[in-house]
Amino acid sequence: MADVIEAGAARDGAPPTVAPTRRRGATERGNRTTPYLFLAPYLILFGVFGLAPILFGVWISLHQWDLQLPNRPFVGIGNYRDLFSSDSAIYGDWWSSVRATGIFTLFSVPLLVVIPLGLALLLNRSFPGRTFFRAAFFAPYVLGVAVIGLLWRFLLDANLGLVNRLLGVVGLPSDTPWVTDVPWAWVSLVGVTVWWTCGFNAVIYLAGLQDIPAELYEAAKVDGAGAWDRFRHVTIPGLRPVMLFVFTTTILASANVFGQAFLITQGAPGEQTRTVVWRIVDEGLRDYDAGRAAAMSVFFALMLAVVSVVNFRLFRYRED
Amino acid sequence: MIQNEMSRRRLLGLGLGLGAAATLTLSGCGGGSSSDSSGASGNGGKDYTGPKVDLKLWNGFTGGDGDIFKALVQQFNGEHQNIAVSVITYQWEDYYSKLPGAVSSGNGPDIAVMHMDQLATFAARGTISELDDVAKTLELSEGDFAPTVWKGGLYNDKRYGIPLDMHPLGFYYNKAVMQKAGLDPEKPPTNRDEYTAALTELKKAGVQGFWVSPFQFTGGMTFYSLLHQWGGTLFDAEVAKATFNSDPAVEACTWLVDLIKQGHSPANVGQDADYLAFKSGKNAFTWNGIWQINDLKKSPNVQWGVAPLPQIGSQKAAWANSHNFTIVKQRSANANKTAGAKVFINWLSQHSLDWAKGGQVPARKAVRESSEFKGLTEVNALAPELEYAAFPPAAPGLGEVMLTFYSAFNEAALGKKSPKQALDDGVTKANKQLEDNRKKYGN
Repeated sequence: MADVIEAGAARDGAPPTVAPTRRRGATERGNRTTPYLFLAPYLILFGVFGLAPILFGVWISLHQWDLQLPNRPFVGIGNYRDLFSSDSAIYGDWWSSVRATGIFTLFSVPLLVVIPLGLALLLNRSFPGRTFFRAAFFAPYVLGVAVIGLLWRFLLDANLGLVNRLLGVVGLPSDTPWVTDVPWAWVSLVGVTVWWTCGFNAVIYLAGLQDIPAELYEAAKVDGAGAWDRFRHVTIPGLRPVMLFVFTTTILASANVFGQAFLITQGAPGEQTRTVVWRIVDEGLRDYDAGRAAAMSVFFALMLAVVSVVNFRLFRYRED
Repeated sequence: MIQNEMSRRRLLGLGLGLGAAATLTLSGCGGGSSSDSSGASGNGGKDYTGPKVDLKLWNGFTGGDGDIFKALVQQFNGEHQNIAVSVITYQWEDYYSKLPGAVSSGNGPDIAVMHMDQLATFAARGTISELDDVAKTLELSEGDFAPTVWKGGLYNDKRYGIPLDMHPLGFYYNKAVMQKAGLDPEKPPTNRDEYTAALTELKKAGVQGFWVSPFQFTGGMTFYSLLHQWGGTLFDAEVAKATFNSDPAVEACTWLVDLIKQGHSPANVGQDADYLAFKSGKNAFTWNGIWQINDLKKSPNVQWGVAPLPQIGSQKAAWANSHNFTIVKQRSANANKTAGAKVFINWLSQHSLDWAKGGQVPARKAVRESSEFKGLTEVNALAPELEYAAFPPAAPGLGEVMLTFYSAFNEAALGKKSPKQALDDGVTKANKQLEDNRKKYGN
């Protein structure tokens, strides 16, 4: 926030050509608290429901914390150490859940970035029934995770499901264990998630595509650029900010996967498809160990923060 | 573990919106303004003569059993001028995670219905009160209940739960499929030889007779029953060490998993697929909870029967759990409320015949032996299992350890590991979890 004020002050020293700049300077001189007052409504909400719980969570993670046991001993970094020491009871479960979430994110994110882009390009053309198709591809996203989870669990059942029956009809193996064995379980989870959420990303891309001025395409055409060149040199650069957004939100959403695995594979085989968020929920709400759950959350949030920073760097580098 | 017996209900519940709580307030008639506050601490539940109290009761009866429970509460409220019980129902899964928070913030119920295997956890965490005086004053003793159920309400030799019912695993057989394979549908197999013979006949008729589910519902519970039938236990007597990799356990697991190899069950059976296949006549036998009786009754095209589990191992045993009444500790104790709650628990326990219609075996002996209960053919068919029911042990924090047990079976049933390997790995992990729990609950 200090940056903003300094920027205003710095600009104040520049030739006073633009009226708004002068006004901002005047406000700053008049009342230093004004920007904070404007920020206040959000800042208060963020402070109470965002920042405070985060800090409290960090505090909890340093304790053996049970909602109801009267003594909540301070254990320092003990909960974090448990995540890394191979003889703690949660080490195996924790890293297997990190692995599960990692695999899921690794395979779902590229698909969820590329497929919706293709969809958006198609849906951006004008053809009869365009509105219908736009709605149709977005439709699954409207459904809740409980609905799609149960639906696909039964469709994908190895012995009774429709998917295997149809595969059998066309002469393919009809006994694929879609939800009870790896790697099939990953194929199912990623596939269902792509089907479920790609409409959302497609809509974002579509909005981005419509923001690219048509003149750029015309100019490129006049200069003799083919369809591929126009895509590479006009569409992709035009979509860069949108892609950054899609990439970041998709990584975060994929890393938070819980409902699909909970309902479709139920962690099977063994606990190989139990994800990080599921693990945290179990630790905190089933085993009532809020301290460990908080430590897991903090660590997981830090990992995601690192990924996001790398992501931003990557896109900014390209822009330079 | 968050015990959730009603797997089909869980499905419905999830579909209809997680966490949707049905609240029904059954306000009793007003009046009853007797200002006698003597004996406020109550006399252990015989009667209650103090000022009018409002009691909140939480349960997880989201299915047809919920309506029966509410009707019983309504009847109770009608008969008791100075006690008004209101019922709040949550999904069992939400229930156990909501309860601690609600209690510590002072918004918890006065009476909570709980599964037997949760009692120790909630007792150790100070959520529920001791009920020894209720048992004493009401002269309830082991003789009034089945010993297995009665002992399950104890933790550290103190009573925390008054059992309402028990719900075991039962043996369901599809009569039409048996007939098709030339088996006598009125004579379901009762021991290992008959069972394997029947499976062989079914196989000849092209039916994979008994689908082995790798999931807790209900393959894991089937293995749990077999492990006890082979004479094994999940834990040692002090619940200090896991023992589900003992020779009997490995043998039981091998017998079950071999059914897949022998072609009596397909591989990779999905959640609920065993039961759905049973209903649609794709298999002949399923070991499932007593709560499926009500569901099967709603399916007139399925010709089915239910019997106690066949004895496959050296002794009889069946997985079972039990609903218990508990009294929740309050931040500010109200002796009148506690006294009223005890009256309610006693009354409902005596009226548990109606509860049996919800598909559970009543815990109270007098009710179980009444002619009305004998009239409930199917539920009554599973009552003999009460004598040898294998209830989960009373130890705090056992939920995650049970999950380890079920996951180990999952790996064996899906062929990811040999039974021995899967159970050995499971025990290694379970022992670490048990040690953790000992540290946490200071046992």
